Amino acid sequence: MSVRRVMGSETEFGVLAVGEPHANATVLSTRVVTSYALRVARELSRESSGRNGSDGQTSVGTGWDYGSEAPLSDARGYTMSREQAHPSQLTDQAPVLTAEEIAAEAITESAMYTEDMDWRKVIMNTVIPNGARVYVDHSHPEYSSPEVTTPLDALTWDAAGDVVAARAVAELARGAEKTGTPAVNLYKNNTDNKSVSYGAHENYMLDRAVPFDRITSALLPFFATRQIMCGAGRVGLGVDGSEPGFQLSQRADFFERTVGLETTIHRPIVNTRDEPHADDTKYRRLHVIIGDANLSHTATVLKFGTTSLVLNLIEHDRVPALDLADPVAALQTVSHDPSVTATVPLRDGRELSAVDIQREYYRAALELERELAPDGLDQDTRQVLDLWDEVLTDLADDPSRLADRLDWAAKYALLNAYRQRDGMAWNDPRLIAIDLQYADIRPEKGLYHRLASAGRIRTLVDSETIERAADQPPEDTRAWFRGTAVRRYPSAMVSVGWDSVNVEFPGIRRGARIGMPEPLDLNRETTREWFDAPDVEQWVHRVAEQRPGTVTGTGLN
Amino acid sequence: MAQERIFGQGSRREEETDLPDNGTPAPSQGAGQAQRDTQGTDDLLAEIDGVLETNAEAFVKGFVQKGGQ
Repeated sequence: MSVRRVMGSETEFGVLAVGEPHANATVLSTRVVTSYALRVARELSRESSGRNGSDGQTSVGTGWDYGSEAPLSDARGYTMSREQAHPSQLTDQAPVLTAEEIAAEAITESAMYTEDMDWRKVIMNTVIPNGARVYVDHSHPEYSSPEVTTPLDALTWDAAGDVVAARAVAELARGAEKTGTPAVNLYKNNTDNKSVSYGAHENYMLDRAVPFDRITSALLPFFATRQIMCGAGRVGLGVDGSEPGFQLSQRADFFERTVGLETTIHRPIVNTRDEPHADDTKYRRLHVIIGDANLSHTATVLKFGTTSLVLNLIEHDRVPALDLADPVAALQTVSHDPSVTATVPLRDGRELSAVDIQREYYRAALELERELAPDGLDQDTRQVLDLWDEVLTDLADDPSRLADRLDWAAKYALLNAYRQRDGMAWNDPRLIAIDLQYADIRPEKGLYHRLASAGRIRTLVDSETIERAADQPPEDTRAWFRGTAVRRYPSAMVSVGWDSVNVEFPGIRRGARIGMPEPLDLNRETTREWFDAPDVEQWVHRVAEQRPGTVTGTGLN
Repeated sequence: MAQERIFGQGSRREEETDLPDNGTPAPSQGAGQAQRDTQGTDDLLAEIDGVLETNAEAFVKGFVQKGGQ
């Protein structure tokens, strides 16, 4: 066993029109997605000119295949009715802008930087060549990363999403100069400190045979306490942040339940959405909504790495016996204590600190991983276990040591330095502004990026690798196939999903659907040569020869 | 002391071997170190001052989001 597992991240960005606080958020998000889709189309048309085998045409944006979306399917074995569901839960329908939204801001012409292109399309969803989905989710632009297999790659392609966001912001800033429409900024955080929260989700593939009850009971104490490592830090307590102070997590105060299907209301610590986006007889996709959006590399690798190791404990039924008396209360107690010393009650009468609880998971994971790999741990597993140990040790000794590794500790140190120099109280707007600006995704303005580029926060992946990952898919999952298909045959793509690629052939009503039920199949090694086909139709035939049964369409049945 | 040592090098795990102070408790910081740390913090704040949003109150007030997942 190993920390390796199919995983991925989703980031909903905070979106702000410079100087226009009342701008329509859905329209702003649409401008972000459209500008990035235009940028990709421009790049692809440059790449394809003069290359044989590409379709030689240019189109903007790739539609989404909603076929495998099942947001109301509950992992506990039932399905919520559409009537019962909150409208925001119906994520299996393509969003459209209302006439009022379009009228509210003339987005097709003046607000859109179209350069010399004649494309006036409004794009609310696209799939980009690194295999990620970029789209409008409710009223935020979202980047859903391609599937990866290691925590370090999860970090790389999560941070690549921040590059995508920064590029979109730069596109819109250039457009603003030309047209006078407001520029748009994006923030990788989770709250506006005015009672609103938006998510940064993680996804992990696991064995379908594991009973969901075991997953829940193991994850509650883990999720209530991992924020001491993965919290992004927040000025203000309570959903509206009105109580002065600092807390470890952006999200903790927005959670009300232990388990549930919802993600936008009555948020639960363990989310039961059952949408495997893969063979649903073999796999489960654990959809984690409790996490903060991280910028720090150490926090990101620990978030994905420790969670994956705890899932190993669950799959092997080796979870330490920890049962919190009140998980939601514990989540908030831990978040509200930047000294990282508070204890929370367990049902067996013990009172443990968050570090104690994380130590128990660490020890159990170390023991299991060593047992399962008698010849030595692989590098990725070793890295996560070492970082976990190191960070817990420092948290127990002196949490301020983590200012060069964890988001919350870096933010807290910076805020305290300002408080000391300028004598500010916790409700001083300048401190709240620093909190927000920490998450600004622009390298020149974002305070995380300033700290990292000054060498005050350690990084684990260099910026060139992250930049490259914004354009290149991971090589060891089906994301490689998805991203390469989008790059190679952009105008043939009818719609693309996590587990499907739908293409059209030249002519009338001719096309094919390629299913991708195995997340680890269709990787670079397996499929690289298939893309040597001279055109999209022959490429699909080649896929059908190699994977009979997963391809249907014209001339194939 | 800890408050002044902002963004200093944190300690590592006990098993870590690539640090000179491996295995021994970190030496308590001398006055020279503290002074360097304070200077470093001043430099940092001066740099951050240069990029902070100019009207913090309006920025914070205008940062209004709609709910998400």
